[in-house]
Amino acid sequence: MAIWIDENTKVVVQGITGREGSFHAAQCREYGTQVVAGVTPGKGGMNQDGVPVFDTVNEAVEKEGATASMILVPAPFAADAIMEAVDAEIPLIICITEGVPVLDMVRVVHFMKGKKSRLIGPNCPGIISPGKCKIGIMPAPIHKEGSVGCISRSGTLTYEAVQQLTSRGIGQSTCIGIGGDPIVGTGFIDALTAFHEDPATEAVVMIGEIGGTAEEEAADYIKAHFKKPVVGFVAGQTAPPGRRMGHAGAIISQGQGTAAEKIEKMRQCGIHLVESPAEIGSAMQDVVAQKSS
Amino acid sequence: MKIHEYQAKQILTQYGVKIPEGQVANNPSEAFKIAKKLGGTVAVKAQIHAGGRGKGGGIKIAKNPEEAKEMAGKLIGSKLVTPQTGDEGKVVQRVLIEEGLNIQREFYLGIVIDRSQQKLVFMASREGGVEIEAVARTSPDLILKETIQPGIGWQSFQARKIAFGLGLNAKTVGKASRLMSALYRAFEETDASMVEVNPLVLTEEGELYALDAKMNFDDNALDRHPEIVEMRDLSEEDPTEIEASRHRLSYIKLDGDVGCMVNGAGLAMATMDIIKMAGGSPANFLDVGGGANLEQVKNAFRILLLDENLKAVLINIFGGIVRCDVVAEGVVQAVKEEGVKVPVVVRLEGTNVEKGREILKDSGLDFLVATDMADAARKVVQSV
Repeated sequence: MAIWIDENTKVVVQGITGREGSFHAAQCREYGTQVVAGVTPGKGGMNQDGVPVFDTVNEAVEKEGATASMILVPAPFAADAIMEAVDAEIPLIICITEGVPVLDMVRVVHFMKGKKSRLIGPNCPGIISPGKCKIGIMPAPIHKEGSVGCISRSGTLTYEAVQQLTSRGIGQSTCIGIGGDPIVGTGFIDALTAFHEDPATEAVVMIGEIGGTAEEEAADYIKAHFKKPVVGFVAGQTAPPGRRMGHAGAIISQGQGTAAEKIEKMRQCGIHLVESPAEIGSAMQDVVAQKSS
Repeated sequence: MKIHEYQAKQILTQYGVKIPEGQVANNPSEAFKIAKKLGGTVAVKAQIHAGGRGKGGGIKIAKNPEEAKEMAGKLIGSKLVTPQTGDEGKVVQRVLIEEGLNIQREFYLGIVIDRSQQKLVFMASREGGVEIEAVARTSPDLILKETIQPGIGWQSFQARKIAFGLGLNAKTVGKASRLMSALYRAFEETDASMVEVNPLVLTEEGELYALDAKMNFDDNALDRHPEIVEMRDLSEEDPTEIEASRHRLSYIKLDGDVGCMVNGAGLAMATMDIIKMAGGSPANFLDVGGGANLEQVKNAFRILLLDENLKAVLINIFGGIVRCDVVAEGVVQAVKEEGVKVPVVVRLEGTNVEKGREILKDSGLDFLVATDMADAARKVVQSV
């Protein structure tokens, strides 16, 4: 078991004929993901490395039965691409694209209210259920099938954490990069809720960073509802206020969103918080050892 | 992106927001002329990209053109230190000269993006001229908030709720409502990330003026607002950061001495953190991005070396899309071309890591190779 994606997930790649789209579609296929279709408006009828290309997401759903979409289109077109996938009732939409304007995302989130789709991202590495399905741009070989769920606002820092787990023999059920933007489709709590219900997930690694209050809200949720152990880390303890640290969402503004506040809150709520990013793997090892003893 | 007060006022006035009569002066004699034209008492306001100017002595009241000239002379070219500039302060390039108003009351008005609600929120307070964060801490009940429904937009009833909530009389409520609509339209149409009028003032004559104005914009939306991009003032930014942004690198200068080059924002922050934990102090944040090529790695390295405080460099790359051999090649070339004099610690992991390590070893250069992040941080701090 895993959350949201498995070996039966059928993926359409929006922007499959682009440089990024074609490369990552091929990488996902190589991992074993069923990439059933691509969409590039105006290029319907073509095929990209054997994958049929359609003009619209609707066609990809009707003709190939796509159940998930991976979006790799340029930022100015990303919001439109997401809404097209929502309109086509794709259950899971993963938007990898970085640089989507925030007000576009305000409209997208509003558009999705009452609809059947879940959005992961934008500005994220995607989602992987090791051994089953990868929809995203993460390096596959560092992952290993197992029972630890990972949720993170970061890309490469997640790879770092995953590798620390894998090198200790600890596998992962599903790893989700929720994205580094101020407004994202899936938050920590959505992912935690799914991990809570997933019997194959026994513990969770949660990686936050400065900016906003998503970590604090997740910590409250964990304290109240989440019974599986959580190892946490928050990046940006040395980040200056008022500066955007690479990610659009990683900014301490109006005195809000400091690492210190998040760390304090997460500790209070029972999360095994590590201060050094090098200790994520060993902390999870301790948690796993305690559980089995 | 940030702009100056006078620029924010130029934008808002296009939407019908009343602003005090005034003009920008680049030197004392211009200040004199503007003050003379305005007549009476004027405000002389330093134009820098930071708040807290009043506390830092950047806002003066001049009773006549001579005083305005003298104050402008003192401000222009001087370094202004405010609670928001940091100790190094900011050099004042120009001042805004504005007519004085007969102020009866001051308020706060602002629009921000509420990340938890994923919506825009209008905020107002009777405590004008005070930082809203301070009000939020001491008396949060004094802040009025109205959430803006996406797709529906700002509504008149919401404006009335705020206007009456601020204690305005029936005659002024209509004006306040129009002003709030204008702020909302300005926010939406320019892809702002923040609009603030602090203070909004009610004059003895019963008019509402934006006495101060601040607008920040979403960097991700600048491509569709060339008119906003034109307002960018490069003299307000760090030259190295400007150089980095030309190469699409995300760089932020800090005051430590351990330079770092990392791929990915989260890992870059975590690397800064672990340097600090090992007893060092990071000199910068530098994210080379997910798809960095050879040129970009070389540029990144060159930019790092522009920092005079630099005593050592830590390169931490987790190869995903970025291949370790490409990074290693870039680093070797950059070190050879630039003649690096400080120790360089390299930690590579991920795609093609063996090839990358071989390239470093075969280069004949004196790299310190680290096995993991903790080891890398230890090594770089020891080498300082």
